[in-house]
Amino acid sequence: MSLRSDVTHGDEIRSPKLGPAGWARWIWGQITSMRTALLLLLLLAVAAIPGSLLPQRSSDPNGVTAYFQANPTTAPTLDKLQAFDVYSSAWFSSIYLLLFISLIGCVLPRTRHHWDALRSEPIDTPRSLKRFPAYLAKPSKQAGVLENFAEQLRRMRFRVKVTKTSVSAEKGYVRETGNLLFHVSLIGVLISVGIGGATSFSGQRVLVEGESFVNNLAGYDSFSPGVWFDSKTLQPFNVKLDKFVATFDLRNKTNIGTPLDFEAFVSLRETPTSKPVASKIRVNYPLEAPGANIYLTGNGYAPVLTFRDKDGNISFSGPVIYMPQDANYTSLGVIKLPDAKPNQFGVLSFFYPTKAVLKTGAFTSGYPAPVDPLVSMNVYVGDLGLDNGIPSNVFSLQVHGLKQVAGGKSGTKALTLELGETKQLPQELGTVTWDGLKRYASLDIDYNPMQVWIFLFAVLAFIGLITSLLTPRRRVFARKTETGYELAGMAKNDDPRLQGILEELVLGLKVRKK
Amino acid sequence: MKDVMLNPVLDRYSLVAIFAAMAIYTVAFLVFVWHLSRLSSTSKKMQKSAPKLERSALFILITAVLFHGAGVVMRGVAASRVPWANMYEFSITGSFVIVAIFLFAWFVKEIRVIAVLVTGFALLVLGAATTNFYVQVKTLMPALQSYWLVIHVTVAVLATAFFNIAAALAVAYLLRNWGRLKKSKAPALQLVKRVLSVFPESKKLESLSYRFNMIGFILWTFTLVAGAVWAERAWHRYWGWDTKEVWTFIIWTIYAGYLHATATRGWTGARAAWLSLVGFAAILFNFTIVNLFFKGLHVYSGLK
Repeated sequence: MSLRSDVTHGDEIRSPKLGPAGWARWIWGQITSMRTALLLLLLLAVAAIPGSLLPQRSSDPNGVTAYFQANPTTAPTLDKLQAFDVYSSAWFSSIYLLLFISLIGCVLPRTRHHWDALRSEPIDTPRSLKRFPAYLAKPSKQAGVLENFAEQLRRMRFRVKVTKTSVSAEKGYVRETGNLLFHVSLIGVLISVGIGGATSFSGQRVLVEGESFVNNLAGYDSFSPGVWFDSKTLQPFNVKLDKFVATFDLRNKTNIGTPLDFEAFVSLRETPTSKPVASKIRVNYPLEAPGANIYLTGNGYAPVLTFRDKDGNISFSGPVIYMPQDANYTSLGVIKLPDAKPNQFGVLSFFYPTKAVLKTGAFTSGYPAPVDPLVSMNVYVGDLGLDNGIPSNVFSLQVHGLKQVAGGKSGTKALTLELGETKQLPQELGTVTWDGLKRYASLDIDYNPMQVWIFLFAVLAFIGLITSLLTPRRRVFARKTETGYELAGMAKNDDPRLQGILEELVLGLKVRKK
Repeated sequence: MKDVMLNPVLDRYSLVAIFAAMAIYTVAFLVFVWHLSRLSSTSKKMQKSAPKLERSALFILITAVLFHGAGVVMRGVAASRVPWANMYEFSITGSFVIVAIFLFAWFVKEIRVIAVLVTGFALLVLGAATTNFYVQVKTLMPALQSYWLVIHVTVAVLATAFFNIAAALAVAYLLRNWGRLKKSKAPALQLVKRVLSVFPESKKLESLSYRFNMIGFILWTFTLVAGAVWAERAWHRYWGWDTKEVWTFIIWTIYAGYLHATATRGWTGARAAWLSLVGFAAILFNFTIVNLFFKGLHVYSGLK
């Protein structure tokens, strides 16, 4: 895991018979060799590919469910191979852990080596300089040539060693320092990411205008904590969604309906007793609350509906979250009425902010703002399956086993309501009233205490990378010959400036002569 | 962002400029090919006229890039924002940057040999952009309304351009060292062999390719870190293995492998050149296939 080829420890041991200690050293040498690091890097790249081809539980849980439904035979096998959790899988983890072991094994001896190099003089001038990548020889009878070169090299910030017949100079130690900093910082990133994953939390909450949220476990719609996360550390702040404003383009012909801005106007109370402070959350501009950031990740419409049975008793009343299905906010909502009399029933409902009719006769939405809103409803009668205690998704209705009594092929048209209207439900199920229209905001509440450390290590790694790749490490040698002197230069990587430096040194000599 | 006025008329002028640039790139491409054939000609007289031809090709290329740049700028003005918010815009800006960087590097004599590749590639990208990716000017969706769009994407475009030039140099390197071709006595290949014989020394090609990849890697690392910072602001987490994040990581890892390869015995030269090409293939895959067919958060192609 280093950018230098001379530290391949594995090559040093070549004896045919190895004891256990010898084998251990041999294996260690193999693991920490550059070739292994290189192969592990390429393996890691290949291993990351399946996670982009298959839906992943971490980023797309619904996609995984859909994949299981579409491929019932292959999905379980793939699941056993952890193909839906690639980035936390045993095989992916073992590759990057091996890579980091290799990295540590490489960085430790190099650090010691570099530490020694930093405190020692440049190496002795090699006997033959002719084969160096940069070389020149000149006849000269001038006195003090070597001292002159040494002086010039010192001015160029080389570290210089002068003997009677030669000068040896070296520069660019910071290249190796940067390289080590880069690799050590990567270890820092990995450790911080690990600790961060264990101590962070991420929660979701949908708020309809007028609703508020208290930061405790019960306040979340879904909550995923790290293994070391303690829910007692949640600060009891309170966020109320006062108003949600979505602005869509109406002026530019080519751009009609494109969202221009989403703004969630909220009041934040940092503690239960403190005064509410008005603030705004936008995409890209989260709100900082005590011990968590609040992000705006989605929005939609929540029509306020009231269901009454035929005697006028209310069986449901309130805003219903409709999930947007397209860019014009054609939205799908589900209402379940397990306590309705005489039969329990469910409603699959569509909301069209600006109704339009397709050629097929079906409704669609022509514009995302509520210019001419319409709600349509398909009604299903039967056991909703809510009484057996099995948790079910509130956003979906399993219509299998239910009888459709309005919409589709039921023979009765789907119900359609304009804002403020009341309609009769079929089969004496009562009435439904569309009382009002609210908007909702999907909020993500996240906290990762290690984030700042991850960033810090990433910045250090970047600084290390730049230093190590852009600093040339050069060695320059000068020696007296019988007729004059010779100069030679070498660099860690190939270095187009090398020959130029030697020529500069010669020029420097002439300037001084005059 | 609420009062943006788009300018579709200016967008049409921008498209005209892009088409003009494509026409001129085509001429430049042909003149560069002509130059290579002159350079590798057996006749001394023909060889002598080569530098003149190269100068005219350069002049034509500069004209093309000026039109290209004008197209990019007009598109930005028409949308009143940076011109890289969807695939079409990323393509025209990216290819412009590639040619511009190539022209900046023109003073390095050995790099001129890839003029044919760079011009041809720019032409291909513009062709795909205008026929397959074109969308009318649109405003920025809220997720893109951030100064990170300027930082993250600018650096990503630059990185791509550097990787592209390095890949072209790697192609030149591999052609130069194509053993089977060198040995072949087929008369049809003699011309190709002569062309290759005027290529710069393979050592030089290798080291130039390394230099461009190295800068590309620094820029790509920055893109990755800046992307994570932006993701934290926009998507509430710094890293979530979104398909684009996965491919950014894959590309980073391949080029990290490349840098290690250049310092590993047995991996320098041809193997490293191949890695450079694999890395660039991953970049193209990330930009085209992942953008168009993969599900993810980076769905900014603007295509339906």
